[in-house]
Amino acid sequence: MAQDDLLDLLGTDSLTKSYSTASFKSTRVINGHSIENVAHGVLDFRISHRMGFVNEGVSNFFGLDQATIRLGLDYGITDRIMVGIGRSSYQKTLDGLVKYKLLKQCDAGCSMPVTLVLVATTAMTTLSAEQVPWYGEGRQDYLTHRLSYNFQAVLGRKFSDDFSFQLSPGLVHRNLVATEAERNDLLNVGFGGRAKVSKRVAITGEYFYVLPDQGPRDPFHNSLALGVDIETGGHVFQLQFTNSTGMFERAFITETTGDFFNGDIHFGFNISRVFTIYDPKAKARRKAAEQVK
Amino acid sequence: MNQVQALFCASLALLPLLSNAQDKYGSRDGEITFFSQAPLEDITAVNRKAASVFIPASGALEFSTLIKAFEFEKALMQEHFNENYMESGTFPKATFKGRLVAEEGDDLTKSGTHSVGVEGVLTIHGVEKPLSTTGTLEVTSDGKIKATSKFSVSPEDHGISIPGVVREKIAKEISISVNISYAKL
Repeated sequence: MAQDDLLDLLGTDSLTKSYSTASFKSTRVINGHSIENVAHGVLDFRISHRMGFVNEGVSNFFGLDQATIRLGLDYGITDRIMVGIGRSSYQKTLDGLVKYKLLKQCDAGCSMPVTLVLVATTAMTTLSAEQVPWYGEGRQDYLTHRLSYNFQAVLGRKFSDDFSFQLSPGLVHRNLVATEAERNDLLNVGFGGRAKVSKRVAITGEYFYVLPDQGPRDPFHNSLALGVDIETGGHVFQLQFTNSTGMFERAFITETTGDFFNGDIHFGFNISRVFTIYDPKAKARRKAAEQVK
Repeated sequence: MNQVQALFCASLALLPLLSNAQDKYGSRDGEITFFSQAPLEDITAVNRKAASVFIPASGALEFSTLIKAFEFEKALMQEHFNENYMESGTFPKATFKGRLVAEEGDDLTKSGTHSVGVEGVLTIHGVEKPLSTTGTLEVTSDGKIKATSKFSVSPEDHGISIPGVVREKIAKEISISVNISYAKL
């Protein structure tokens, strides 16, 4: 028997299952969620900034005089479930999220061609009642009037080591809207992709299309963002140009005021720093390490 | 005379049935551990899904394992290991093909503990390198074989480049230990 055939003796299933990993460098493509979760026991501290519009010219230093901020913490309860909280300066909003990885794209030993992630987020403005933009004259300030929700099914595939693409049909629900003509629910579809240019640098792009015939949209535009991901050890730096100001779903999907092609573009960045705060396999690994030392 | 010849041929043909020359041993849950000791960081990873086949009579030995099956302390380390160093999308497997060399007069099919030499070709990151090391073989009378071996591998030898900024975090020589229990196939 030829030596090449030796392992065939174990049968065709001698290869264990293996799943695609690192389809995107971060849990966000740019603004929206990617098909990646943080791993079990990992805490991701995210600092996001969006400067002013670059077309504000030199008197505002091309937007760099202003900044909108979101600070967030995401944690992996398991490899499939992650939760997070965030605080944005945009409308002084608190947000929370749950993300569940339902299907995992398979490399070997199984057949699933895509990754499917379900995302649910909620946002609550903490502005004083007079400042909440969707409160009309004499509107009662109930807590529920401050809340909005977002649900997405993010379906993506890592086509090659260098190219990943995802589609994310979703629904944004506002408990209260400013006018009767506006709808509380807005259906939308997100598109996101990344192309690696080197092992540690990738170009990313993202677009959220709000489906037509859902009430008046003026003055809002669809969200478009183009960016670069740079990975350095424990950090991922995401630099981007986007017409969206807010960094949580309701804000950038339904309340983007900038017209990208009119120069209403924010320069911005996200910094993601991960900390392993719980190691689910520590004991087994220590034992194995004893043997090799 | 013809009868004698026929008998001789027949006994030759039957010989393999009498000895255990055809016995093959296999495992799908071999344990491969590596340890990198560098000034700034110690890194350990374990893989418990190595597949291997071993034929005691000839000493023939093969290993194959998925790079992605190595588990690290930090998820990000594991991602970098696969994405930036091992490029497991392009080179999903590491393999070893070779044989065990028994000490003179030793018979690896007999139960007991044997010290053996290991000779063969190790393929990591798509680069083949000869590997020569030693190991221990524990053959038990109930048809099980436990094998262990230790050796070290240099990432550079296998075309894995390590950038200057992490040079102090990744050892030039990675210690590897193999621990596997075979059952008769």
